[in-house]
Order: sequence, then structure tokens, then C-alpha cells
Amino acid sequence: MKLSVNGTDYEVDVEPDMPLLWVLRDELGFTGPKYGCGIGQCGACTVHIDGVATRACQVWAEDAVGEITTIEGLGTPDALHAVQEAWITHQVAQCGYCQSGQIMSAAAYLAENPDPTDADIDDAMSGNLCRCGTYPRIREAVKSAAARLREG
Amino acid sequence: MGRIKTIARRTFLIGSAAIAGGVAFGYVMYKRPAANPLLDGLEDGEAALTPYVLITPGGITLITPHADKGQGAYSMQAALIAEELDLRLDQIKADPGPPSPAYYNTALSQDAVPFRSTDDSFIAETSRAIMDAPIKFLGLQITGGSSSVPDSYEKLRIAGAVARETLKAAAAQKSGLPVERLTTSDGAVHLPDGSAISYVDLAPIAAGIDPVSDVTLRSHDQWRLIGKPMQRIDIIAKSTGTQAYGIDQNPPGMVHAAVRLNPRRGAVKGYDASTAEAMRGVLKITAITGGIGVIADNSWRAMQAALAIEPDWGPAPYPAEMADHWQVLENSFTRKHRDSRLRDDGDIGAALSGANITEAEYRAPYLAHAPLEPVNATVLATDTRLDIWTGTQIPRFVQKNAARIAGLDTDDVHVHVLMMGGSFGHRLEDDVVRHATELALTMKGTPVKLTYSREEDFAHDYPRQIAMARGRGAVKDGQVTGYDLDIAMPSVMSSQMSRQGLPIPGPDAQIIAGAWDQPFDIPDYRVTGYRAEGLAPISSWRSVGASSNGFFHDCFLDELIHAAGADPLAERLRLCWHAPSRKVLEAVGEMSDWGSEMGPDRGRGVAYCLSFGVPTAEVIEVTNTKGGIRIDKAYVAADVGRIIDPVNFDNLMKGGVVFGLAHAMNCEITFAGGAPEQSNFDAYEGMRLYQCPDIEVRGLETGAKIRGIGEPPVPPAAAALANAIFAATGQRIREMPFSKHIDFI
Repeated sequence: MKLSVNGTDYEVDVEPDMPLLWVLRDELGFTGPKYGCGIGQCGACTVHIDGVATRACQVWAEDAVGEITTIEGLGTPDALHAVQEAWITHQVAQCGYCQSGQIMSAAAYLAENPDPTDADIDDAMSGNLCRCGTYPRIREAVKSAAARLREG
Repeated sequence: MGRIKTIARRTFLIGSAAIAGGVAFGYVMYKRPAANPLLDGLEDGEAALTPYVLITPGGITLITPHADKGQGAYSMQAALIAEELDLRLDQIKADPGPPSPAYYNTALSQDAVPFRSTDDSFIAETSRAIMDAPIKFLGLQITGGSSSVPDSYEKLRIAGAVARETLKAAAAQKSGLPVERLTTSDGAVHLPDGSAISYVDLAPIAAGIDPVSDVTLRSHDQWRLIGKPMQRIDIIAKSTGTQAYGIDQNPPGMVHAAVRLNPRRGAVKGYDASTAEAMRGVLKITAITGGIGVIADNSWRAMQAALAIEPDWGPAPYPAEMADHWQVLENSFTRKHRDSRLRDDGDIGAALSGANITEAEYRAPYLAHAPLEPVNATVLATDTRLDIWTGTQIPRFVQKNAARIAGLDTDDVHVHVLMMGGSFGHRLEDDVVRHATELALTMKGTPVKLTYSREEDFAHDYPRQIAMARGRGAVKDGQVTGYDLDIAMPSVMSSQMSRQGLPIPGPDAQIIAGAWDQPFDIPDYRVTGYRAEGLAPISSWRSVGASSNGFFHDCFLDELIHAAGADPLAERLRLCWHAPSRKVLEAVGEMSDWGSEMGPDRGRGVAYCLSFGVPTAEVIEVTNTKGGIRIDKAYVAADVGRIIDPVNFDNLMKGGVVFGLAHAMNCEITFAGGAPEQSNFDAYEGMRLYQCPDIEVRGLETGAKIRGIGEPPVPPAAAALANAIFAATGQRIREMPFSKHIDFI
């Protein structure tokens, strides 16, 4: 089975119904996407497939067709994505475990809608749980990332 | 500066023991220095200056023994050392260090004695000091109870100052200049000619000289770091997916494991694993304590195989059905079950014999900890040693328990503490490490990573206590005059410590925490704790006893204030004698413009709780919409004596409010057939972003002692929400979760 992750093609030998999350984490070593619930409730495993925010625990390996981007492919400590910069400026993270997924959800949403209202942000980000309660900072960070992206 | 010198000498019995290339700065443990654990394996040119500072040719490592579960403890501890050591936070690496009695927690004793945190009398302080001895003796290196800051505040600054002065002495020796002419900054000693010698270059000399123990701590106005906004040292890693948690461990040759545990915590009578054994990637299936373990070549395959096992579980050793749990609590309000009556002011019997008596009954359910990272541990076993990689708040218990299972000495068990994806008290338990150790012993030489599935994490959590309270109170002439609260719950300390082989004698202060010690002058005022026996095993959950009692105590007070026809904020202030507590109440009053008109279907509630020595007040504003209650605003003020990092303080305050509100809204663990009914976030949702109010935070610094902020914002949140809902709707909610009684948007 072939997968394209962060611009590189991989050949994996897995069951067709193995969730993409576990292919990424245990077969390919991408640990940015996190296991939180396995049922699409928490969003910690969020990746992009062809730019669309997707719960990697809910996609079978055989259905993971398209270019997969994990947080490792969004930006790096030396070359940050605008959303990651905003997350650092606002010091969003506490435990940080949900933040890969939060950032991936925000990045995909802002690519589609760079000028969201507060209600838009609430809607777009409510699929991602944060048990530490960093929601107020997530709101601020999404807003400032949106402003950055609009500036280009 | 005499006082600081005294502290330095008492806290650090510093003597140097020159060893090859290193230096021993012993740290006192119960009058006898505990060995500096950093001295094992030091190479030439490396120096371990106190158990908290390690300098090698590769750089400077600050040892931050309080575990980081997301609360920023590593940054806070590193900043305290770096402040005195004159380092920038970008110059250091933080490492939790090995489990060691040198890192025993001196602050836990503060809350282990039955004195109100507002009591600074001679006898209260003496008792706290005496309690410190057994905690030292046991070497309890525990992270919890909002104790990381109080435990670290002086100790780590002194450690930084000792290391700094010793490095200066080394520079004086090298340069031939008097130490008075040397200064330090940015990780180097500076000479009068403008040149500098880095700490790393000075380490070999520092290792050979007597450490300087006569140090003076800097005053507040000299601080570069403390009290100012800092960038958390983990913030870039946590914003780029590069932070490694326990679940991300992947040593060479590692295999993956999953468990199937009896959700009733009863016996394993037998199991059929024939289907599971034939599944792809399965390497081994074996009985473990309380269930069955599966080892496979991939986590998902291990979890799938665990689900395919057909187990035969024994019954629960506690009531199978929820109604019976509540019945046990209802039956516990008797003299036989009385655990403590530490507050009994005036004559409550006489006060309650008249008219105008208000009575109410409150309930709080079992709750899961459910940190987003499920518990996990990676263990490599050989015939002679164990290596354990895990996120834990109790590294020395982990070490001891794993050693017993493996039949090794504790010295042969090496615990590597990792960053945690949340805990909320979950990682004060170590079952996952015990299970991983049992599994690793069946595959010696191969690292085994055990990850509980989310469902197993819920089923095998030791939940927050279930609790009930019965209040009776009296009002007269517009004032609250009598207050009597009976609280029944199981003992969390007894349940939790029994799993570590430590019997805890005597009353459990957690049964009445957040209730008996509130600084109110009510003329007739009594709080009684009752211990419920035979219920499900439980564990500490963020703010522990106060998580339920803060709700009970403040909401019932609110009921009495309304019965008296008084203003909720004004009457709390009238009753409160404790100055820092009055200030936090006044702060949220001012922030929320208390008393201003709110419009139809809206309401405002105030609540207060003193927990972990931190007075915290909150005001919540809600609107009763057609779609349910919307939480519009939250205002929170707390006094921790001294704020280390205002950014992290703000984040933890907001997070604590969200945590308190989330569970009050819609979370509970219920038992059916002996097993928990909720197994994932679809049935235990908490708060989502669209439900989160705007939260305004104010930190006060008037309190006499420095305190931690991990837990104190939690207890008042549920009470403030219930009080606001009453103000908006006239409906008084006395049972968590509130969703059983009212809808939320």
C-alpha cells in the first residue's frame, strides 16, 4: 500500500482497515498526530488529506488517498507556519497533547476562510477537545494567525 | 540577611566530596545528607553543583524534579534556579533527574496537618515542621497538591546561588582576581577587563574546590525572570508536534502492548484468547494482574487483539449498581462513620432549633481524570536491571513497585520521567507501569510499550470521590447566623495510599477540605466529615476533596444568603475575616461590576473557596437561552502570595475554571453491573470551545506564603455556575452534573 506523507512516498504493509493514525505513528514514526480517543471525538490525531482537516483515527489506511500532511509537515521549529507562530506568541499550550490537532484544524480552516468571525472560530475549533482548558488562548491565537495570513 | 543564611545552612548541609572530575554537594535528608544522585557516572570535566545543577562540556542542565503534567513546572523550576545562577532560559536544558530522596517534597506537609492554612499560630507551624520529618524520611518525591511552587521557591533559588558563587570562586582561582571583582551573567563569569569565562569552562575547577554555601538570595527588585512574562521552555516543541511524551517513546526493537482488564476490578476467572492469538502481528498473550496483556508489533493490532479476547470476569468488590453507591453514602451520616468535626463554633444546636431553618442535600458523582494522553509505560527488562520510561507524579513509588515485581533492588530500576499529556491526578497511580513491567519480564531484552486504549483508561481509572452533603442553616435579621454542613465520602487518602502499601491512620482531612477551613465568622458554624466505606476505589482528582466540597459549602451558603434576603457578595464579605480572601472577593466584584443590571434571562453568581492555601473567588454570568444555559463570562481572582510567571498563571487560572465548569456541566462516572458505564469522550464530553466563556483573571500577591495555582481555581467554579443559574432561572441545582437538571447550549 502506498502513502504520501509530507511530500514523501511510503510503501506500507498493513491491513486495509488499520486506521491511518496507527500507520503514521507505529509504522512510519510520525508522532505529531496523537492518540486520544480513537473514535473521532477529541481531534488530537488531526492531519490534512489534500488540505482537508481529517481525523486520522477515522480513516482506514486504504482510504488515505491523497497528500497527507502531519504537523511535522506543516512547519518546523526553524520554519514555523503562521498558526504555529501564533500558538507560540500566545503560549497556548499547557500539557500540549491536543495542540498538534488544534493547530492542524486551525491551519486547514484558515486556509479556506482567512477572515473568520468569532462564531466561525467557535464552530471550526469545537471538534477538538482540550482537557487543560486552553480554549481562550486558542481563540486568540486563531485570530492573530488569521490576521497574519491575511497580511500574506 | 541572617535569615537567608540560616535557611541555606539548614536546607543544604553542603560538604564537598571530590570524585573523579565531579563534586558532591549533598542535600540534607532528615539530618543525614542524601547522596547527590547526579554523581553517578560523572565524567572528567563535569560538575554536579548541588543536586539541581549539572554542568558538562555539552552544556548546563537544570534538574527539575517536580513532574510536568502541563502546568509548566519544568519552566517554573528552571526559572528559579536560573534567576540566581544568571542564566537565560534559552541556555539550559531541563531534566527531571532520577528518582531520589534528595528531591523529597517539603511542601506536602503544609496540608497534611489539621490546621487551617490561614492559621499561622505557633502550634500550627510547629505541627507542619514535625510533619515534614516523616515526609523527608520517606523521601516522598511527589508532584501534587499544588505544592511544586511552595516546595521549590526557596530551595531552587538557593541551589542556583550556591552554584553561582562556587563558579565565581573557581573563576577567582583561575584568574587570580578577588571574587568581589567578578560578576556573572548569561552563563559566564565576567572579569573586570571585559573578558568572560563560561560556566562550562569553569566546571572542572569548580568540581575541585569547596562549595560556597554562605549565599545571599537576591531581593525582588533585582529579579530578571521571576514575576515577569516568560516563554515556557516547552512552548516551541508543543506547538510543532516535536514534544515527546511517554506515548511517543520508541527505543530500538520496541514492541507494542495493550491490556484487557476486568472493568469490575474483580478476579480473572479465565479467558479464551484463541481468536486473538491468531490475529496478525500478535506476539504474546499472557495473564497479568487484574486482566490479560497482549504484545504485538503495532499498538492498534495489540488493542484489536485485546478486544477479541473472551474473558470471564469475577464480580466487583463494591456495589454493582449506582443506586447502591448512593445508598451507602446516605447511610454514612451516623456517629459510627464520623471521621472528624474540626469546626464547631458557637451553639449550632440552639441556632437550628428556631424558625427560618433552611435544609438542602447536595451530591457529586464519581469523575474520571481522563487526561488526553492515555496512560502508558515503556519498560526494558533484563536479568539485572529495569529501565522504565513513563510520565509519573510518583517516580519513587514506581521504582519500588517495579523492583518488587522484577525481584530486583530498587537501585537496579531506572525510572526516566517523561513529559505528560495531562494528568489531573491520574498519574499519581502506577498500575500501567506495573502491568508494563509484568509484560516486559516475559520478553527480556525487548522494550515493551504498553498503551491503555482510551476505553481501558476510563475503565481502569481510579475516579474522583463520590460525595454527598447535608446542610442546615439559620438566618436572622438579613444575616446568615447558623451553618451546619455534614459531608460524607470515601477516604481518598486511605484508598490511594493503600495501593502503595502505606496505611494512613486517623481522620482524612480531604473529606472536609474546602469546607471546614473557610474563613467565615458565622456565629454558629459546624462542619462534620463522615467516612463512607466499601465503595469503589478512588484517587486524587484535581483539587481532591475540595472539588466536591467547594461546591457544597459555597452553594449552601448562597442558599442561606438568599434566604436571608442579603446580597450574595456583600454577605460573603461581611462574614469573611481573612484579608486576602476579602480582597479576592472584592476583586471579582469590581471586575464583574457586581450589582449592575443584567437584563432578562441573565444571572450572575459569585463563589469563593480557600483550597491549598489559596483564596479564590469567581463570578460567573449566564444567559438562559432557548437552546439552554450559555456561560457568557467568568471572572476569577486568586492570591498565591507571589506569581512566578504571569503568563502561565493566567493560563492555569483559565484552565482551572474551564476544568471546574466542564465537569459540573456534563461529566459523571456511573457504575452498572460493577463496571463504569462511560468509556470515552462521547459519554464524558466536558467543555468544548464554543461553550467556553470569556474569562478574566486577576492575580493578587498579598498572602504571606507562596502557593501553587494548579488546583485552587477548580473548587469555586461549579458553585459560581450553580449560583448564576439560580440567579438567572430561580432553579437551584444541588447535584453534579448539572446537565441532569438543566440543558446547556
